[in-house]
Amino acid sequence: MEKQYIELYKAHHQLIKQNSAAVINRSRDAAFAKFESLGFPTIKHENYLYTDLKPVFSPDYGLNFRRLSFPVNPYQTFRCDVPEIYSYQFFVVNDGFYPPKEEHNGNLPKGVIICGLKEASEKHPELVAQYYGKLTAPQNDALVAFNETFAQDGFFMYVPENVHMDKPVQLVNIMRSDVDLLANSRNLIIIEKGAKAQLLVCDHAMDDVNFVANRVSEVFVGENAVYENYKLENTHDKTANLATVLIDQKESSDTLMNIITLNNGISRNNIEVAMNGEKCEAELCGMMIGGGQQQIDNHTTIMHNKPNCHSNELFKYVLDDVSKGAFTGRIFVEKDAQQTRAYQLNRNILLSKRAKVRTRPQLEIYADDVKCSHGATIGQIDEQALFYMRTRGISLPEARLLLMYAFAADVIENIRIPSLANRMKMLVEKRMRGELGMHEGCTLCMH
Amino acid sequence: MLEIKNLHVSIDGKEILKGLSLSVKPGEVHAIMGPNGSGKSTLASAIVGHPAFEVTSGSVTFEGRNLLEKDPEERANEGIFLSFQYPVEIPGVSMVNFMRTAINEQRKYRKLPPMSASDFLRFMREKKALVDMDNKLTNRSVNEGFSGGEKKKNEIFQMAMLEPKLAILDETDSGLDIDALRIVANGVNKLKSPEKSTILITHYQRLLEYIVPDYVHVLHDGKIVKSGTKDLALELEAKGYDWLK
Amino acid sequence: MSDAIIHEVTQSEYKYGFTTDIETEVIPPGLNEDIVRLISAKKNEPEWMLEFRLKAFRQWQKMKMPDWAHLNIPEIDYQSISYYAAPKKKSISSLDEVDPEILATFEKLGIPLEEQKILSGIAVDAVMDSVSVKTTFKETLAEKGIIFCSFSEAVQEHPDLVKKYLGTVVPSGDNFFAALNSAVFSDGSFVYIPKGVRCPMELSTYFRINTQNTGQFERTLIIADDESYVSYLEGCTAPQRDENQLHAAVVEIIALEHAEVKYSTVQNWYPGDKEGNGGVYNFVTKRGICKGEGSHISWTQVETGSAITWKYPSCILKGDNSTAEFYSVAVTNHFQQADTGTKMIHLGKNTGSRIISKGISAGLSQNSYRGLVKVGPNAENARNFSQCDSMLLGDKCGAHTFPYMEINNESAIVEHEATTSKISEDQIFYCNQRGISTEDAIGLIVNGYAKEVMDKLPMEFAVEAQKLLQISLEGSVG
Repeated sequence: MEKQYIELYKAHHQLIKQNSAAVINRSRDAAFAKFESLGFPTIKHENYLYTDLKPVFSPDYGLNFRRLSFPVNPYQTFRCDVPEIYSYQFFVVNDGFYPPKEEHNGNLPKGVIICGLKEASEKHPELVAQYYGKLTAPQNDALVAFNETFAQDGFFMYVPENVHMDKPVQLVNIMRSDVDLLANSRNLIIIEKGAKAQLLVCDHAMDDVNFVANRVSEVFVGENAVYENYKLENTHDKTANLATVLIDQKESSDTLMNIITLNNGISRNNIEVAMNGEKCEAELCGMMIGGGQQQIDNHTTIMHNKPNCHSNELFKYVLDDVSKGAFTGRIFVEKDAQQTRAYQLNRNILLSKRAKVRTRPQLEIYADDVKCSHGATIGQIDEQALFYMRTRGISLPEARLLLMYAFAADVIENIRIPSLANRMKMLVEKRMRGELGMHEGCTLCMH
Repeated sequence: MLEIKNLHVSIDGKEILKGLSLSVKPGEVHAIMGPNGSGKSTLASAIVGHPAFEVTSGSVTFEGRNLLEKDPEERANEGIFLSFQYPVEIPGVSMVNFMRTAINEQRKYRKLPPMSASDFLRFMREKKALVDMDNKLTNRSVNEGFSGGEKKKNEIFQMAMLEPKLAILDETDSGLDIDALRIVANGVNKLKSPEKSTILITHYQRLLEYIVPDYVHVLHDGKIVKSGTKDLALELEAKGYDWLK
Repeated sequence: MSDAIIHEVTQSEYKYGFTTDIETEVIPPGLNEDIVRLISAKKNEPEWMLEFRLKAFRQWQKMKMPDWAHLNIPEIDYQSISYYAAPKKKSISSLDEVDPEILATFEKLGIPLEEQKILSGIAVDAVMDSVSVKTTFKETLAEKGIIFCSFSEAVQEHPDLVKKYLGTVVPSGDNFFAALNSAVFSDGSFVYIPKGVRCPMELSTYFRINTQNTGQFERTLIIADDESYVSYLEGCTAPQRDENQLHAAVVEIIALEHAEVKYSTVQNWYPGDKEGNGGVYNFVTKRGICKGEGSHISWTQVETGSAITWKYPSCILKGDNSTAEFYSVAVTNHFQQADTGTKMIHLGKNTGSRIISKGISAGLSQNSYRGLVKVGPNAENARNFSQCDSMLLGDKCGAHTFPYMEINNESAIVEHEATTSKISEDQIFYCNQRGISTEDAIGLIVNGYAKEVMDKLPMEFAVEAQKLLQISLEGSVG
């Protein structure tokens, strides 16, 4: 299945490079060579046991190498309907950064740069060169190599030393096309020493065609910096959303990743947090709601490379119909990374006979003075609690819903922006009631 | 109000109640006593409709309507309340949300509009005062992290909120120290009225010093073997259960 | 704890590391169809047995060594190994005919072959290199209809039983090592417990690799007919050699209706020296099937030996209401590597499994738990509980946990918990304060930590295993 892409690159690499910036082109051929040797992983690959990429990559898709302009104006299509949340708002349509409105860029705190990756590479080549490809280079993952082979644009955010963003930044990823489309967007996020930023990412699909989004984000979190990344996925059943997020943490930094998946086709999140300084904190959590034929696979790695770091991971799945959930959570503790504290919990509720779940918590530990644990449970809604509620007059469906809301509660509590937490709670509950459909687009987002 | 006739109940194929009959009229307080394993809790579970308990024969009617064909929530909304011996913890579901859902389900059942948020909070405040319920408890998840005594108190608080016609208190006194027992009993007594009935299920006579029953029944091997007034309870206390067998 | 103490305690030697000087018949190294035919011919096997081997060999040729385990396995040259070695003397009918050297060997290992010496009532099948040397108590068992003999004997004497069950739990092409074993296995033990019979004594097999450059490929088949019970023990040792020796066994267990099989292993193959030279590569496929309703299989293992261990005793819960257990203590020290755990495959209704694994890593070793809990789409009400704990003694070793849970039925309740921590300094100090030396304290604490598993071992084994735990960890603690 990789053959068509190998030929595509061989035939069009000049065109791709011509329509891309030099600093991004530098690693392109090496990435291609890696992709060529790896090929797409099959389900025999330990990391991809539970997500078959064959149906994702086998069909023929359009790719926008020429950087043709966008057939949509997101600022018109998506209007803010949640006035209480203010954010800097940006759009990536397919794999291209949409030119932002003047007022957005003008208001950014001093020194902060938010723009397309292509534009950043042209205007600030030294800055981009310093970071681009640094986290992907050691990766041995075909999706990452594939992205780097074809990526031309995406989202760029730079928050300089000690700057605290006054508002969250919102990135809305929209898939928009009249024909089946594959997009390799690439994000680069740099949070310098002592800086603070919150990024909300919303993934949406607009049209009733097949989409493949293969996104790679490199995130650099400097000393004492705080970075929060919230992701809301609400696409449709024809979207394959493959997202790799690589986070590099320096000393005493703090990161949070919170993923909520409501509707999708096939989702695969590869998240790797590398704690490359002492006293880092990392929190990773997710609430996955699957129904229909949804497939949701979260593959997380936390690298405790230095002593005295703490990580906490919580992923919950509620799976209905014939949906499939998979979770792999790897905690890696490097030699001499003493005083590591790493906790992980994965809990799953199956609502239907044909729903499936696969879970693989993993501990790989090379230091002795550590406290690490993981737990995984698969079960149903607590029968005793259901009965208790019914004796108080609460109907069975209502009691089930209350318990499902409760199941999601601790993931939502991890959201540090109260208005966003309320919004997410509302959306999750709506989804659990079956009232939140696909195709509802960004009217759901907070912009 | 409650008529139980020749009730047979099994769990996992094992018969626990073997032909029990009981009649409770409005305003009456009945105490059901008996040794461990005599079927006291089974009776409570069967009345409220626990799915694990199978009624193999007999009838249970409440205000003339057949209870056995109703779901647990319908029985609750008809006005039957069970204070559990071991109330379950429900993490993540707040007491406020839980009670508001329960109240509004009851109102829906009685074809009343939902209670407004402010009315509900006022109502809750009022009932909290009645049973000396701490604010910190109502701010938490249902029963989560509550001590034994707090759980029992929470049951009585819920009873106050839901204003049942028939309250069944299953071993409400077990695990309570004397002060907690007094508070819980006071709560129960304050909620008494000529229309409302109570069934007390207890192993010891202790609770009956605080809530005085009109009738005392002794349950043994799935049947009521003796009925009497509150003096029977004293006799049991003195002689134990063996003489009844 | 100071390094001095660690150093001091790490001096214990492998006490089973002697070789026995007996006349052995060894076929030349190498592996091809002719060798497979030769092995089969030497054992005078029927045609169907040879076919089984050849089929396995052809499958094996197409297979690659598995690389998913958390192990660093040096390249193995399968052509440099001799696949058959046997003490020269053949067809033994009484103990007197056994080579006295062999008897002495087993004596040294503490394996009583002389029946009169046995007070504990354990029937023993001793396997030296490739062949079974002696099975004790055979006659006593025969009175109850129990068959306990060497595998080769079973092929000759009970071909129908062997034919019916061989390869039904571990198919010949199941995995690389199982295929290799199926092609070249030389001997092992065979057990059949008839309907309704409770085996009156523990059955035990002791495996011993002796000859240099030979692989040991034994094959065990245990069949427990309806409502029968058997407890089976397996022990293993090998001499100390600089080269690595290969051991690739296959064990199959079949439990029919309401049958119960308890399989206990104390694995103490030579682990290599303190520098990581030599030691046994232990690549074993063990699997049982709870075939009948209400059947039960329990695996208990204490793994202290081998340079590399690759082993996942598993259960297929096919019968409704069947249950299975896996209890494991795995200790690694020096340069040892272990990747071990279990698979519980729930297929029948109302099946239950329980996994308790305790890993202890010391020195420069790597110790991994790997386990699969799979619930099939028709396995209503499956229950599993897994607890996998790792303890680290020292900061140069690794402890890893890789559970896999694949759940295809919504009525399942599956729970997994794992923790990793170091040995508690507070506990050691507390012991010190009560006058217990650090070394003894560690022994106590580790034994306490592993107690839940040790308690599952039959008495005779438990004592041995307890000592083994302490010895394996001597000089390892940091």
